[in-house]
Amino acid sequence: MPSLSPLSIVRNCFCEVLVTQTVYHHTFANGLTLVAERLDHVRSVAVNFLVPAGCAYDPPDQLGLAGVLADLITRGAGNLDSRELTLALDNLGVDHSESVGVLHSRLWGSTLARNLPQTLAIYADILRRPHLPEEELEACAALALQDLQGLEDEPGARVMVELRRHLYPTPLSNDHRGTVAGLEALTIESMRRQYEQLYQPNGLILSVAGNIEWPQLLDRVGELFADWPAKPRPALQLGPEPVRTAHVYKQLEQTQITVAYPSVPVADPDYYAAMGAVNVLSGGMGARLFTEIREKEGLCYSVGASYSPIKDRGSVIAYAASLNHQAQRTLDKLLHELRRLPEGIEDEEVDRVRVGLKTALIMQQESTSARTLALASDWYYLGRVRTFDEIQSAINGLSARSILDHLHRHPPRDFRVVTLGPTALDVSGAVND
Amino acid sequence: MAFHKHTLANGLTMVSEFSPSARSVSLGFFVRAGSRDETPELAGVSHFLEHMAFKGSHRRTAFDVNRDFDRIGADYNASTSEENTIYYASVLPEYLPQALDILADLLYPSLRPEDFDMEKQVIINEIGRYEDMPSSAAHDNAQRVYFAGHPLGNSILGTPASITALTREQMADYHRRRYVAPNITLAVAGAFDLNQLIALVEKQCGHWPATPAPRTGLGEACGSGKCEVICREKVTQEYVIVLSPGPQARSPLRHAADLLSMAIGDDSGSRLYWEMVDPGLAESASCSFRDYEDTGTFETSYNCDPQQAVDNLAIVHRVLKAVQEKSIGAEELEQARNKLLSRIVRWNERPRGRMSSLGSSWIYYGQYRSVDDELADYEKVTLADIRQVLDRYPLERMTTLALGPLSKLEAV
Repeated sequence: MPSLSPLSIVRNCFCEVLVTQTVYHHTFANGLTLVAERLDHVRSVAVNFLVPAGCAYDPPDQLGLAGVLADLITRGAGNLDSRELTLALDNLGVDHSESVGVLHSRLWGSTLARNLPQTLAIYADILRRPHLPEEELEACAALALQDLQGLEDEPGARVMVELRRHLYPTPLSNDHRGTVAGLEALTIESMRRQYEQLYQPNGLILSVAGNIEWPQLLDRVGELFADWPAKPRPALQLGPEPVRTAHVYKQLEQTQITVAYPSVPVADPDYYAAMGAVNVLSGGMGARLFTEIREKEGLCYSVGASYSPIKDRGSVIAYAASLNHQAQRTLDKLLHELRRLPEGIEDEEVDRVRVGLKTALIMQQESTSARTLALASDWYYLGRVRTFDEIQSAINGLSARSILDHLHRHPPRDFRVVTLGPTALDVSGAVND
Repeated sequence: MAFHKHTLANGLTMVSEFSPSARSVSLGFFVRAGSRDETPELAGVSHFLEHMAFKGSHRRTAFDVNRDFDRIGADYNASTSEENTIYYASVLPEYLPQALDILADLLYPSLRPEDFDMEKQVIINEIGRYEDMPSSAAHDNAQRVYFAGHPLGNSILGTPASITALTREQMADYHRRRYVAPNITLAVAGAFDLNQLIALVEKQCGHWPATPAPRTGLGEACGSGKCEVICREKVTQEYVIVLSPGPQARSPLRHAADLLSMAIGDDSGSRLYWEMVDPGLAESASCSFRDYEDTGTFETSYNCDPQQAVDNLAIVHRVLKAVQEKSIGAEELEQARNKLLSRIVRWNERPRGRMSSLGSSWIYYGQYRSVDDELADYEKVTLADIRQVLDRYPLERMTTLALGPLSKLEAV
């Protein structure tokens, strides 16, 4: 019987808002970790299975496999065929989604807390006893091909896929949609082989947040998953670093512009300072990019930057979309703002960043979904769950000085610039540094 | 949960619901002003005005607005639909006074000429953005074709030409007519002190003009029945929307209509899911019920490989015809109900979701609806109610819009 292990029961007072946090975790002998947080003010619960089975593990000649597998895996499992399984989830009021990232596939579901035990049983069937029916593969692959085709109609998403190809080496640059050739090459044997190798408890993180009782949850997860045998995990072989700029030609009203540069990973001591720096750029409508490029110049509707972690790397990705005749000016302004960041930051900007980050932290406590994602992310990147206190104190510790010190250690440079639109832009301003 | 309604002397209504467990408070001004209130020469003015609200008042510049919101860590934005413009913010409870001060200030912008001209560029960029997204363009055009001659067919964004031609004076006049206290509802949900809230609202909004703002052009629409194909060669997939009439917001049939649309086209386990998505014939296929002040629609839509678009339309026709003739089964109703009840509970758990439900209930139904009231109404829906919806609003009265590389929607 696994022991009860409350990670932290802390009470924090912040601006008269009392945050009581109750977080638990347990790692089973087979490597599966259960992380849970009790939110007693809600009637619902969210569950999130983070399976180390992302598209980076796709065989190079079958790119898109992980995405198709995440669909196929829900088409019948245990004693339920595809229709029965869907009906069972629907009748439990489970809203669910299956998505594939670079390193992980994610199975997420949310429902009323009283339905949690039955919901977990269905997920145990999906993860451990999927039918992976051969007759469904064609339909899954057809959907994946349309998803890939549909990407052409979503310029904002399309340019991000292209940026990743120029930001990371293979296979970290893979996209879950794969390629036409990869999808056409899929066989049921390769799907089943990949399932056997990657869908296993070793390294899997199950995070649960909502109106839960920990002892019952731990027992239930133990019954359903503790006897799932573990296997060694395959390692990824990284390819060479890609070229740093690209333009994709397409007739569009707007040119899509992305600029990325290296930052620190999540576990780095500079992590909070890096978050502070990104939020000076893009942490609200008063932040620099929005103010300088949209409000002062009217160059675009969408502009922003965000921190993007992957494995032991971190990047900042900035994005803007602008009518074609203004695109060059938008890119130049964007680069200018990124470059001048280490030159100085006002105290008032940091005040704004701090209150924004703190508010987001508190509001996250109101959402079961947001908490499951945060719990899993912390466990994956740090091997522990950060307490509210710890994060709050790190946010309080941000100052113009600490952010600037970080920016001097890690200035925005080594830019990747990828654009999509009818005319290539002059990117010499980005690469000559 | 404690509900409270407070009406100001000038006619502004505030509805609030206190939640003892909330850690934040969410507040939103619902202005009954949208694209349906526009004449052709004003096309896009409601949405453009929403942008201009963030450009400041006589008390704040555009930079002050954003800076003041950011200083209190507000999660804030605004949206414009056919019927409403909503300005909202979520903040920690101690920042309620500042949040209300800024939000109230937004509603009476000074419309400075230099900001007006600059923001035109942003709006034209936004129009370009949606033009590059075929699913949005298809939706806009479907509304236009279905509601031909009815004000709900007006475009929310307008066109680059209508935005370029619009003058500051036209916008100011529109603002004077629509942004008046009896036409505005403030909804507040989460953690707050009621007495403080009432005092703040009286102070911030008590002097707003009390002029009435009647809405004209109300009337039930049953759709033009047309089929229009918009050929865009650069688009990769075909986007098809079929609109059929549905009950209006105040209709006692709206709960049944919601459940019916889920049984037909929810994204999981529905008829369209099994007929089109599960077999891989369409990337997505769905049916949703949308209610307005005077009418409603069932919107059935799908996108797919263009080669499959015609066959898929035949499937949609077959599914809608079958439901029209034989309705749905008891199991399907239960399945839809279970999903919807769970969604309602979850949506209303956070102050932001709750504020939105509270405000919408008030402006559309003229009454307070607790979460349990809503759940109870969905619990009551029977198959006879579903039949009544179908008899009153036939799904087969279809208006169709396709946008994509095809030049016609007929079998070759």
